[in-house]
Amino acid sequence: MFRNNYDNDSVTFSPQGRIFQVEYAAEAVKQGSVVVGIASKTHAVLVAIKRNAEELSSYQKKLFPIDEHVGIAIAGLTSDARVLSNFMKQQCLGHRLTYSRNMPIRSLVDMIGSKAQINTQHYGKRPYGVGLLVAGVDDSGPHLFEFQPSGMTEEMIAFAIGARSQMARTYLERNLDKFKTSTREELIEHGLRALKESLVQDRELTVENTSVGVVGYVKETKKTEPFQVFDGHEVQRYLELVADDKKEGGPQAATVEDESTAMDVDA
Amino acid sequence: MDHRPQAWGRPRDDVYGAYDASYLNNSGPRTVTQSPVVTGTSVIAIKYKDGVVMAADNLASYGSLARFTDVKRLRTFLDTTVIGFGGDVSDMQFLDRHLKELATDESYEVEPTLDDEDDEESSSSKPGHLNAANLFKYLQKLMYQRRNSFDPLWNQILVAGLDSDSKPFLASVDLRGTSFTSPSLATGFGAALAQPIMRKYAGTEEDAAKLTREQAVEVVKECMKVLFYRDARSLDRYSIAVVNKDGIELKEDEQLEKQSWAFAERIKGYGTQTV
Repeated sequence: MFRNNYDNDSVTFSPQGRIFQVEYAAEAVKQGSVVVGIASKTHAVLVAIKRNAEELSSYQKKLFPIDEHVGIAIAGLTSDARVLSNFMKQQCLGHRLTYSRNMPIRSLVDMIGSKAQINTQHYGKRPYGVGLLVAGVDDSGPHLFEFQPSGMTEEMIAFAIGARSQMARTYLERNLDKFKTSTREELIEHGLRALKESLVQDRELTVENTSVGVVGYVKETKKTEPFQVFDGHEVQRYLELVADDKKEGGPQAATVEDESTAMDVDA
Repeated sequence: MDHRPQAWGRPRDDVYGAYDASYLNNSGPRTVTQSPVVTGTSVIAIKYKDGVVMAADNLASYGSLARFTDVKRLRTFLDTTVIGFGGDVSDMQFLDRHLKELATDESYEVEPTLDDEDDEESSSSKPGHLNAANLFKYLQKLMYQRRNSFDPLWNQILVAGLDSDSKPFLASVDLRGTSFTSPSLATGFGAALAQPIMRKYAGTEEDAAKLTREQAVEVVKECMKVLFYRDARSLDRYSIAVVNKDGIELKEDEQLEKQSWAFAERIKGYGTQTV
């Protein structure tokens, strides 16, 4: 029977130059439900599909606030994300205390990157089985970062990780040029449309299974619109933006009437 | 032959004699700074409508001896912030090195934004960089941390620049971590001699917001002159810095002008005078 001899720990290379434990960790990310993140000049949004373990249980949260100006979306082992989330919360708080400012997103992401990389190079440790999308604003504006269990981090304009996320990424690539100048609502709409793409045939977005997180930067006042997660009935108005069946076109194709009804719901 | 592990890798006692470790033990408790040694005197600063003017003389005294006459006590941070040091000069040099390191780290943090074609930011509010208010908060924490380890940095520090709203920022922190802010600030003797003069011109934030740069510089120069007249640990060569949104203008070798010691002969009550 075939057995892989090179996947017992994360410090041994296979003869092909691969480290299987790290690759398996990347597989854990693909098992998680899909999360999408997009950044514009003014906002960064995260949207996610939540799963419930069984009919009788509640839905597992996917979006977590880290600090006033940062939030994360997780795909993979939730319990591993907990460790990273706690670490990030502490770092942000420490930075706020010593410098009285928003921690730069890149510094924060670099720190979890280094933390995760160590686990891939020490015998007896295992990589984190979770991927993150980190959305936040700092003095240089909105940012979106991807984090992988290998410790790799990358700044993104838009990205999706998790199960069937390729479909969502394809949508994002098709609409890449629109994101930069998108408004807050348009960005959320794009995010939800990307999510929709990755759904299996008979599933759809509902108020139960959809989460939306937004963080923004008001350039005039240099103030942060704090990271906020919308769940349950709060996502209803956003779901209505993508309720129609015109899959392509995105927000720009939406009629003026659609927008005004969306406003009425809010009022 | 001694085979015990604690003897491994050491010269053999039976060959070389017992190791004399006496010079390693400095007996008595660990000591920290009990009083400053080489010191700088006052630093003064005043806000005006677009920024802050700060000055300090170029003297480092050894007790009452004017020991070093070319010590620069104002330093800049990332071309956005001016820091003035009063008190112990060696602690100032420590902080200077520390801030240099911080500035280097901070420069590497600079983020290439995804859209860098439309950045019309001025040099004094580089996005993503520590501004004067951020740096002051850091220094405040540093000073208080050192005080709590009973090894204070023996300085009083003024920090000037712009805050996150691009408004003039001026604040002070001392060796105990005590911090406060005001439209004008002075350390050491300056707190008694210069501060009352500066308050005539910038008693409130509103008054300071009406001052022009020229007026502020004039007030500071006048204060430096008064300090030289009356503070025996001061010098007539000084550094002066103006910080605003366009950056920093720092002049480090200025000479006091238009001195008049005519008032001196009217001073009585000191020394060996008999009249």
